[in-house]
Amino acid sequence: MNYSLLAPEMLIALTGLLLLISGLILAGRGQRLVGIISVVLLVAVLLLVVVRFSESAVFFNGVYQVDTFANFFKALFLIAAVLVMLSAGKYTQRFEQKQSEFYALMVFATLGMMVMAAAGDLITIYIGLELMTVSFYILTAYLLNDEASSEAGLKYLILGAISSAILLFGMSLLFALSGTTVISEIAGQVSRQPALIAGIILMIVGFGFKIAAVPFHMWAPDIYQGAPIPVTTYLAVGSKAAAFAALLRIFMIALPPGQFNWSLVLAILAAITIIVGNLIALNQTNVKRMLAYSSIAQAGYILAGLVAANAYGLKGVLFYAMLYVFCNTGAFAVATAVETDTGSTDRVAFNALGKRSPMLAAIMTVCLLSLAGIPPMAGFAGKFYLFSGAIQAGYLWLAFIGLLMSMISVYYYLLVAKAMYIGESDREDIIDIKLPARFALWVCLLATILIGVYPAPLSNLAQTAIQMFL
Amino acid sequence: MMSNLPILSLTLFIPILGAIVIMCLPANRHKAIKYVAAVSTLFSLLLSLWSMLNYDLTIGGMQFVERIPWIADLGVNYALGVDGISLPLLLLTNLIGFSAVYASWQTAARVKEFFALLLILITGVMGTFVTTDLFIFFLFYEVVVIPIYLLVIMFGSSKRVTKEYAGMKLTIYLLIGSAFLLVGLIALFIKAQGILGFPSMDIATLAQVDYPAGFQIFAYALMVFGFGTLLSMFPFHAWSPDGYAGAPTAVSMIHAGVLKKIGGYGLIRIGLFILPVGAKFIAPVIAVLAIGNVVYAAFICLSQKDLKYIVGYSSVSHMGYVLIGIAALNIISINGAVMMMFAHGVMAALFFAMIGNLYEKSHTRNVSDFGGLAHQMPRLAFGFMLAGLASLGLPGTVNFIGEFTIFVGAFGVYRVISIIAITGIILTAVYILRTLGDILFGPRLEKWDHLQDLKGPEMVPLVVLGSAILIGGILPFTVMDFINSGVGQLLSHIASIQMGGIF
Repeated sequence: MNYSLLAPEMLIALTGLLLLISGLILAGRGQRLVGIISVVLLVAVLLLVVVRFSESAVFFNGVYQVDTFANFFKALFLIAAVLVMLSAGKYTQRFEQKQSEFYALMVFATLGMMVMAAAGDLITIYIGLELMTVSFYILTAYLLNDEASSEAGLKYLILGAISSAILLFGMSLLFALSGTTVISEIAGQVSRQPALIAGIILMIVGFGFKIAAVPFHMWAPDIYQGAPIPVTTYLAVGSKAAAFAALLRIFMIALPPGQFNWSLVLAILAAITIIVGNLIALNQTNVKRMLAYSSIAQAGYILAGLVAANAYGLKGVLFYAMLYVFCNTGAFAVATAVETDTGSTDRVAFNALGKRSPMLAAIMTVCLLSLAGIPPMAGFAGKFYLFSGAIQAGYLWLAFIGLLMSMISVYYYLLVAKAMYIGESDREDIIDIKLPARFALWVCLLATILIGVYPAPLSNLAQTAIQMFL
Repeated sequence: MMSNLPILSLTLFIPILGAIVIMCLPANRHKAIKYVAAVSTLFSLLLSLWSMLNYDLTIGGMQFVERIPWIADLGVNYALGVDGISLPLLLLTNLIGFSAVYASWQTAARVKEFFALLLILITGVMGTFVTTDLFIFFLFYEVVVIPIYLLVIMFGSSKRVTKEYAGMKLTIYLLIGSAFLLVGLIALFIKAQGILGFPSMDIATLAQVDYPAGFQIFAYALMVFGFGTLLSMFPFHAWSPDGYAGAPTAVSMIHAGVLKKIGGYGLIRIGLFILPVGAKFIAPVIAVLAIGNVVYAAFICLSQKDLKYIVGYSSVSHMGYVLIGIAALNIISINGAVMMMFAHGVMAALFFAMIGNLYEKSHTRNVSDFGGLAHQMPRLAFGFMLAGLASLGLPGTVNFIGEFTIFVGAFGVYRVISIIAITGIILTAVYILRTLGDILFGPRLEKWDHLQDLKGPEMVPLVVLGSAILIGGILPFTVMDFINSGVGQLLSHIASIQMGGIF
């Protein structure tokens, strides 16, 4: 076994510990260094993952797998983490003396996600999941003097714990029936029987919580709104992608769709998620909350790819998860800048942004349109893959709902654009954005447009990553 | 030498280049921004004229072809090419685009945003006409929607409805239509992939596939929904008058002039070409709905008081002719439909340019506020008269050619419907002549003595679009030869696929 392939995980774990220690050593003003150190180290690990993208190995009899699928998601989490940290910038000043722990917890959450994506075993997935969620429990409540943040933290703790328990129950049923927790061995050991169906349903519920699919979405809006924005961003893009990675591995390998007919259940779930998420988002006046509901809808779109369970659909899942990192982080980064400047994320706070900062307004518009799936932004190509897959698998009605609702979603995204371009504001000063945040915003903008105009490279990567499921 | 250059790519991307230059210019350099916009649209106009002159009519088919593999697993190519159907529409886009820049010459606020968005919009419209790939087509099709929204809310005018309302209504209507269209296109793509065994988005390849009849009807119905909304087909036309009324002049010109025509173009190039059986089955429905367009919208026109609403509803009415032409499914009627799209484009654009000019100076668009404007503004009156007479299909204008050809083709197929629709011409004459009489002629009104007649840059739309109306009307073969070659090849392809059993 080539243990050097585990280097990314080990390095990330070391980085987290290093950040904790450096927080002790670099007290006071030295805290600013912590952010820089963490970004540099994460970028280094990202490069390592990218360079060794196509190398694969199986560890400990299938318990842990390094393959292109895992590497794709690892790269995704690292990119998301780096972009979030860069764009957090001035916002972290609100954390006062606790900046280093913030970065450390972000790194630990990343580690949890990476483990989830690479785990070949139910228990390992669960450990990764818990590492991620526990880090997020703390991060969500990170604004100590802010009631909304504390409330969000507590809510997330309770609901997250319940959903983890449900998921674990589902996994235990699967173990009871198959006698193994190794995903690749389960398929041969189980047959369709009531207990298994119960297990599948419990796992769908458990993962449904993590990806915020309707009707398990109740926690998302409050927590997205209450948590500090960088945490919300990472929660929305990272933890969702991690849950999808685990979901894909379990459902495609342990419970192959040809053998266990779960796709109709997921299709209904996806349809409800898309409809409810978009409809509630229509009348939100707070941009953060609107983005929370829109991210519920986005989970529904991605779920449609898993429902299809064919090359286009699965490729779409990975493709969409990746582009979602860029456009969602971009949108949240603009919201971060606006909240830092005005202290609010209500839609009126975005008024006249087109005059105050044309760049921010343009990036927000591009990112939101990408979420809505308007070409030439990346979201369009992503939805094209997802719904091509759905139609190929015979779910025409799901594609109908998905595409129709995504056009309706343009309405609430454009309301933000409207506020930015013709809204009146008594402030005329230019919003000051620090260089790292500016860099992150440009990356989000360019990636969103480039992936949209020329999707081939990313779709080829996604193709290699899903090859093992086909 | 020029044959080695990617002419169509240049035509397509020079406006984008212009938009990028404009974004880099300082916001207060209004003159420079306007010149960049004018030069880049002029370039595209000249290039599209050049390609029209160099198109080899004896060979026909797709020419100036460019092809770069783009997304392998979806079978997408960055493929461009023009034939006799797309060339006139490409020319139309650039005629209107160039005129629109001059019609907006007086823009004073947020000049940078205005012209950058306008150039992006023009590129988007052009893209749909020059591509031969379905994916790229849809990409450009949707690209145009958002710049329009931003232009309407930032630069539009609120009269009967607010500009925010008008912009959102237009956007949502078109996007929901496009959702149906997209479902149809993806279903088509997947179906063809199943039959061919490999993915392809090439329109010509997709047209080679023999789809089951039921599927053709289903997919064509979805396209009628999507393209029909864009073409303001009754009963999906409600966005159009409000949208034009709220939009700034340049957007009204482009929207009524060319953007709508993407709907008709799509129905012919994609719907009819790929799904002939579906087209044949649904054609009677389209023909009946077209009566709604022609007659119903014309009656609404009779009771309108706002100039923009009159032209808005009249454009809904005239799109009915195009629909009848498409529904009659023979070479003459489809020739007429394409000709009508060209003719209506230049006419509507000229009309909106004149209205925009008048509104800019007088701040009102109510017919009853005006009278005797020919005294103060003879050139503007000439523009109005030219557009108005073209609108009612006076022989000598290009619109006459379009309408006449459509009805010659359609009469044998839908006798009753054609007779009802021809009354639309009479109704058009009633409301257009009445309106023109009210605003242009009669005693001189002193309150309008301060109005300046057209001069300098304001003359450009009149000269460019006016000459297109007259040249097309007096020498119709300059346009019709192209259309005839394009439509002829398209229909003969269908006939060869269907073994003559359908048509």
